[in-house]
Amino acid sequence: MGKTLTEKVLGRKAGKDVQAGEVITVSPDYILSHDNSAAIIQEFRKLGVKKVKAPGKIVIVLDHIVPASEEKYAQNHKSIREFVAEQGIPHFFDINAGICHQVLPEQGFALPGKVIVGSDSHTPSYGALGAFATGIGRTETACIWATDEIWLRVPETMRIDLSGRFRAGVFAKDLSLKLIGDHGAEMANYKAVEFAGSAAGDFSVGARLTLANMSAEMGAKNGYFAPDAKTLKWLEGRARGPFVVASSDPDARFESVLAYDLGALEPQVACPHTVDNVKPITAVAGKPVNQVLIGTCTNGRLEDLEAAAAIFKGRKVHPSVRCLVIPASWEVYREALKSGALAVLADAGCVILNSGCGPCLGAHEGIMAAGEVCLSTSNRNFRGRMGHRDSEIYLASPATAAATAVAGKIADPREFA
Amino acid sequence: MSQGKVWKYGDNVNTDVIFPGRYTYQIMPPEEMAKHALEDLDPEFAVGARPGDVVVAGKNFGCGSSREQAAACLKSAGVIAVVARSFARIYFRNAINLGLAVLQCDEAVDALEKGDTVDLDFARGEIHSAKGTFQFLPLPESVIGILEAGGLLEYTRKKLVKE
Repeated sequence: MGKTLTEKVLGRKAGKDVQAGEVITVSPDYILSHDNSAAIIQEFRKLGVKKVKAPGKIVIVLDHIVPASEEKYAQNHKSIREFVAEQGIPHFFDINAGICHQVLPEQGFALPGKVIVGSDSHTPSYGALGAFATGIGRTETACIWATDEIWLRVPETMRIDLSGRFRAGVFAKDLSLKLIGDHGAEMANYKAVEFAGSAAGDFSVGARLTLANMSAEMGAKNGYFAPDAKTLKWLEGRARGPFVVASSDPDARFESVLAYDLGALEPQVACPHTVDNVKPITAVAGKPVNQVLIGTCTNGRLEDLEAAAAIFKGRKVHPSVRCLVIPASWEVYREALKSGALAVLADAGCVILNSGCGPCLGAHEGIMAAGEVCLSTSNRNFRGRMGHRDSEIYLASPATAAATAVAGKIADPREFA
Repeated sequence: MSQGKVWKYGDNVNTDVIFPGRYTYQIMPPEEMAKHALEDLDPEFAVGARPGDVVVAGKNFGCGSSREQAAACLKSAGVIAVVARSFARIYFRNAINLGLAVLQCDEAVDALEKGDTVDLDFARGEIHSAKGTFQFLPLPESVIGILEAGGLLEYTRKKLVKE
């Protein structure tokens, strides 16, 4: 019986042959945390050890509330900077790096075959490059800082076979929403999700990051694409060290297999207040919005900003809409400056903010009042997430977001080609 | 044995409604977290919850963010266990790591309603109520040690001392 990518990666780490269902203890390659490091430090202090066990494995990226919007956040950031210096943690990214889920791939931490755990639920993003990556909580992170190990149950794998090609105006985000809408927010709870099939190789690394990121909204433990030539090309000049490429054997055991024809999809929108409340764009077009958010760890990459810019070119943000644009990282920001995408967005009347999580998690930079509506390229639309409990969030692709910003109401990007 | 009353909710209760994002990056003591527990889902909960109460919900309880406060705030509000059809995986780990019991039992979810009185018998793996006795799925062996230690911090501290 063959092995899945997840079984191979975890087995190599565990130093033995493993299969789905088994509980193993492994020492991760990297341990991610962000602004919540301040809370993790407090838990770590309770453990009675002075030093973290493997400072070189800890990666800390300040991204959630950057720059600090209030004194208490400033104090959190300060305590993190002091801890980084005290512990000699080499991989620290201050407020000028970007969102952790873009920074770790860019900076060559997210590599094929690596085991990465992070105190953020969208850590599965790194599966886009063939890593096993999964989210954990704060206490668990503090304990791994001290012990350099974590227990994991080797997950069963759901394979999603993709064929055909997207039609114009349809993107990886639409596919992710369609999957979650069809199968529910717990479609892959506790499981690994492999994006495979004849069309998998067509996906850019950015689109793979979008899908692996959204696997968190399927409940997945990890979501991934098997590394291919495109992966290796993207990693040239980025990879921090050697890595071992793994992919699933042809006779690996998949718990279930779904098949999707990309050519049959149309733009999708997740409606309030759950990610699986998904409708085709035609069913929600016309709904007025107050705010549009283009960015986040799901859809803030260069190709996302360019897809938005293609629609904004020669057009303006509707006077009743506030359109916020947040490049996922400062590398993306600089690339979008060079490509001209940011100029198009600024000329259209978008408000371009510094790289970071922005208002996605409801802490700053675009919080909504009661009754307001936002169409966002982010990954969650839970009640109250971006402000008042009676505000509403719709989720869609950057192209749908741009079309909506221009129209002042939810709009079909295919009408703006 | 512990006795409490039931707070009943539906499927996909997410971490944003259990503990809103606007408080997530403020560091606060657990008793302060309890005041915001389920704030955006059921404003009655934070004022009405008492030690020994049980949250009963449907599928995928705790989906969404990895924020640990979503487990801590319920525990601090007095909740002794969450009984659901299924749990989102990070929530499941977080709850165990903080010493909050997370129990899977479809029959209890089907039968129990808001305000019902229940007794939990962890030793026997049973939920007792006027509507019947329900058996919950035994927890995986790998996590029982953590729960017995009172959570992962205590478990790890003991392990580190031994080393």
